[in-house]
Amino acid sequence: MNQKARHYGKIAYDGLITNNATFKLVLGTCATLGMSTSAVNSFGMGLSVTVVLLLSNVLISLLRKIIPNTVRIPAFVVIIATMVTLLRMVLEKYIPSLYDSMGVFLPLIVVNCVILGRAEAFASKNPVLDSAIDGVATGLGLTCALTLIGIIREFFGSGSFFGIKVMDFSIGFFTNSAGAFFVYGICIALFVLITNQAEKASRAKRSRALRIPSHAEPLPAPDAAEEVK
Amino acid sequence: MAATILLIVISAVFSQNFILVKFLGICPFLGVSKKVNSAVSMGIAVTLVMVLATLVTWPLYFYIMVPLSIEYLEIIFFIFVIAALVQMLEKIIEKLSPALYRSMGIYLPLITTNCAILGVAELLLVNDLSGVVTGIEAGISMNLGFALLYALFAGIGFTLAMVLMGGVREKMEKLPVAKCMKGFPITMVAASFMAMAFYVFALL
Repeated sequence: MNQKARHYGKIAYDGLITNNATFKLVLGTCATLGMSTSAVNSFGMGLSVTVVLLLSNVLISLLRKIIPNTVRIPAFVVIIATMVTLLRMVLEKYIPSLYDSMGVFLPLIVVNCVILGRAEAFASKNPVLDSAIDGVATGLGLTCALTLIGIIREFFGSGSFFGIKVMDFSIGFFTNSAGAFFVYGICIALFVLITNQAEKASRAKRSRALRIPSHAEPLPAPDAAEEVK
Repeated sequence: MAATILLIVISAVFSQNFILVKFLGICPFLGVSKKVNSAVSMGIAVTLVMVLATLVTWPLYFYIMVPLSIEYLEIIFFIFVIAALVQMLEKIIEKLSPALYRSMGIYLPLITTNCAILGVAELLLVNDLSGVVTGIEAGISMNLGFALLYALFAGIGFTLAMVLMGGVREKMEKLPVAKCMKGFPITMVAASFMAMAFYVFALL
């Protein structure tokens, strides 16, 4: 049981941090750049992608033994397109404000590389529960990253936080397209920097943990060794 | 009429540039823009598929799907049309010109999952031209000619941005860049400055 929990934990950690779709793999960039004008928009986009990712991963994983290998990509694309069509109908009916603000980026979830990438790399080879966890973890990793970029751009662009006015200033640069590229680039650099530092620190800790017991054990004194002789 | 065409051209190439203003087709923009040559090939391939895709999807939507009221299937239909078109184009180019196929063929499969193609097909599904072209007066109804013109020049704008980025990246390779900024981050920052230049066109 413990081993199983660790296995699922590893899948989740990989999806969230190690293979973070937005910052590490730099996939699905169109949606990230286009929808991060405000925190609410990017959060909505992230959740939409998560829902599609979860559903398509589960479905593809269920059908992985039925779909012939030669036509798997078109089959995956049709499954994803169906999910996006469903999502579009649901959003249009129940959250029209998000539907309007997403515009052309809603149908473009179909060609979001993250979803097809996870379908091809994970869901087509792994059991249903693993694929579901992977879908949710990857989706949440993407949502967090998108929301972060959205918060930064919204704060500097219009001085508000999730639509609530915090400060009375605005820098136009952050609301237009140049700011999107800039913030995204800097965020990737910071993410790489932080994960590299964390990895270095954990490696140093591990090697220290290995070294200490060997040093703690007192070495036989040279003269004692001579006595044995 | 001439003014309308001019506005469509300027809007598609500069002020609503697909990569730098609309954020469509960023994946090839980051992936295939390391060299100017490959950027040009990719740009031409994308332009070609954009025009062909519009030629099929626009009539398909307005003359078949709207009368049958099956508009909600547009995503599935369009992605299939684009995938089939790309496959067909690949085979045709392979037969007609093996040299061209060698230089451009490898980029064609990548185009199927390119946001720019599906994006142009989706964007053009409006009844009024002012829905896609900014700065044009409302009331000019959309037709296939305008749609094709927009698709062609959107593709040219895409190629322009790709080529510019290819040039910048070729120069950038020789520069000393901080370790954490190497690769995507510095490319994004460079793209940011290019986007600033293109933003000026939107202010005109």
